[in-house]
Amino acid sequence: MLKKSMLLGLATSLVLGGAALAQDPLKIVYIGKNTGNPYFDSITGGFVDACASLGCEFEFVAPATAEATSQIPFIEAQIQRGVNVIAIAPNSPDALNQVLEDAKSKGILVLTVNGDVTGNEDKRDASILPVNFDIVGRDQVEMVGSLIGYEGEIAILSATTEAPDQNKWIVGMNETLKSDPKYAKMTLVATVYGDDQPEKSTAEMEALLANFPNLRGVIAPTTVGIAAAAQVVQSRGLAETVKVTGLGLPSEMRDFVKDGTVTAFQLWSPYNQGWLAAHFAKGVLEGTIKNEVGGTFEVPNLGTITINANNMINTQAELTTFNAENIDNFDF
Amino acid sequence: MTTGTPQIAVTRDAAPPRPGWHVALVRPEAMTLVLLIIGIFAGSQLSEFFLDINYILKSFTISAEFAIVALVLTMVIIAGEIDLSPAASMALSACLFAWAQDAGLGMPLAIAVGLGAGLLMGLFNGVMVIALQLPSIIVTIGTLILYRGLAQVIAGDKSIRVPDWFIGIDKIMVAGIPLPVVIFVVLSLLLGLVLGMTIFGRQIYLIGTNEEAAKHVGIRTRRIKMTLFIMMGLASAVAGLMTASRLGSVRYDLGLGGELQMVLMAMLGGTYIFGGRGTILGTFLAAWLLVIVSTGMIVANVLPAWQLCVLGVLLIVSIIATNFIYSRTQR
Repeated sequence: MLKKSMLLGLATSLVLGGAALAQDPLKIVYIGKNTGNPYFDSITGGFVDACASLGCEFEFVAPATAEATSQIPFIEAQIQRGVNVIAIAPNSPDALNQVLEDAKSKGILVLTVNGDVTGNEDKRDASILPVNFDIVGRDQVEMVGSLIGYEGEIAILSATTEAPDQNKWIVGMNETLKSDPKYAKMTLVATVYGDDQPEKSTAEMEALLANFPNLRGVIAPTTVGIAAAAQVVQSRGLAETVKVTGLGLPSEMRDFVKDGTVTAFQLWSPYNQGWLAAHFAKGVLEGTIKNEVGGTFEVPNLGTITINANNMINTQAELTTFNAENIDNFDF
Repeated sequence: MTTGTPQIAVTRDAAPPRPGWHVALVRPEAMTLVLLIIGIFAGSQLSEFFLDINYILKSFTISAEFAIVALVLTMVIIAGEIDLSPAASMALSACLFAWAQDAGLGMPLAIAVGLGAGLLMGLFNGVMVIALQLPSIIVTIGTLILYRGLAQVIAGDKSIRVPDWFIGIDKIMVAGIPLPVVIFVVLSLLLGLVLGMTIFGRQIYLIGTNEEAAKHVGIRTRRIKMTLFIMMGLASAVAGLMTASRLGSVRYDLGLGGELQMVLMAMLGGTYIFGGRGTILGTFLAAWLLVIVSTGMIVANVLPAWQLCVLGVLLIVSIIATNFIYSRTQR
C-alpha cells in the first residue's frame, strides 16, 4: 500500500507540465490577516479600483484565523500561482521570514500593507502604512480647536496608560498646545484613560463633565473612547456645549454624526492603502518608480508620496476628516 | 457433501470466511486512498497550478511535523488512550531549546534540553494516566493548557531566533525530496513495521481491544502504555525542533491548534477512536489526503469558509465509512 501511494506520487510528477505562466497582466494578491474583517474590505476596495484603472489582476485571500503561521500556506500558494506582487498584512513579525524570503528570491515584489514585519524589514521590499504618526497629535488639536473656536477648556480621553500609539499622540498634542500661539487660549485640563473599555470610558467621560463644568471639547484618540464619549454627550443633550472629536470608525460614528452629536472626527483611509500599494507596485515593476529611501512618486488623487526610512510609505500626510457630508462614502 | 458433520455444525454459527480480496480491499485505508485519488483529481481540476510534485512536497513540509506526531498518536489511540497535548509539547520543547541556545548553552546541549523536555512531558502524561489511573483525555487537555502556559512563561510574547545554520530543514533535499517528508516516510515505514509485524505491535492492538484480557494473558500493559506516552513526548519534541528550523524563530504559539490536525489525520486514516483498530498506513495516507485537499483549495483561492466545510464533510464521511466497514468486517 505504501508502494502504491509512492507510485501515485510519481504519476502526479509525470503529469505535471511545469507551471508555465504568462507574464502579463501584472498579478497582485493581497493576503489579509483573516477573513470577515470590514476594515480589510476597504483596503481591498482600493486595490480593486486601482487595478481596474491600471489594468492588473487582483485577488484577495486570507486564512480563516489570524494565527502567526496561518498565512504561510497562502503565501506559498501565491508563489506557486506565479503572482508578481504579494501584499500582506502580516500576522507575525517573524514567523513569515522564511517564506517571504522565498517569495523575494523568486522575484516577487513583497509589500506589507497596514502593518509591518518590524525588526525584519529586509524580508519585504516596502511597507505601506496609513499615516505618519508624528503628526496625529497636531492634527487632533487643530480639529478640536476648529470645533470650539480655538478657545476654552479641553480634555483628552485616551485608551490605556501604556498604549504606545496614543501616548505618542498625547505628547504631540501637549507640545502643539504649548508651542503654537494659535492655540494659546485653549487649556488642557485633564487627560484620562478609559482603557478601551466602553464602560470605563463612559465613566471617565461622566467624571470629566462633572469635574469640569466649563469643558468645551474632548479629544478621544481611540475608537472605543470616542464612541463612549459621544454616547454620554448624546444622552445628556450636551452636543452644543461639549464638542467630542478624536479618532473613530465611520461605521461606529455614523449615527452620532447624523444626529449632530459629533460634528467631525478623524482617522485614515484604509482604501488609500490599497490604492497606493497597487500604483506603487506597478510603478516599481515597470521601472517608473525607484524603491529607494528618499525617492518620491506620484499617485493619482494622493499627490506626491515620499519613500521614508526603512522603505516605509505613508498613504496620507494628514488624517482624513469625517463629517456629515462625507461619512456615507466610507464603509469600514 | 454430508450433513450433520461436526465441522458444519461449528461453521453454522460463525460468519462465512471473507474472501482474500475482501480482506485486502474493504478496509478504512482503502477509503482513504480513494479519497486521496479523488482529492488529487479535484485539485487538478480546480487549479492549473496544483499538479506540481515539487509544490505538493513543499506544501507537505508545512504539515510534516504534525504528521510525524500523528503516526505515534495513531499507536496511542490504538492502545485505547489519547494524547491531546503534543502541539503544546512541541511549543514548550521548542521554546526551551531556543531559550537554552539563546542563553549560550551551545547547540548540542540546547537540542538535548528540547528533546529531554519532550521526554519528561511524555513521562508526566504517562504517570498521570497510568500510575494515577486518570482518563487520558482529561489529563492531556490539562497538560495541553499547562505546557502551552509554560511555553509562554519562558518565551513571553517575544520570539526567540535560532542560529542561521539551524534554519531551513525544509530546504534540505534528499534525492529531490524535502528532508521533513523523508523523515515522515521513513518513520511511517518503521512504525508500520513495528505495529504490524512485531509482538509489541500486536500487544498494542490487544490492549486497545480488551485491556483486561491483555493483562490476563500477561501483557505488561502499563509498561507498553508508558512507552507510548514517552514516544509521544519525544516525537513532539522532534517535531517542535523541526518547526523551529522551518520558521527560523520560536514563539509560545508554535503549532497552536495542531492537536486537532493530528487527531484528524488518525481518524481520516481509519483509526478507531475507541482503540484496537487502525494502521500506520491509514494515517500515512490521511496526512497526504489532508495536505492535498487543503493545498488544492488554497492554490485555487477557494474561500476559507468553504475549505472548512470540505474538511468537516471529509471527516464525517470518513468516520461513517470507518464505522460501517468495521461493523461489516469485524463482527
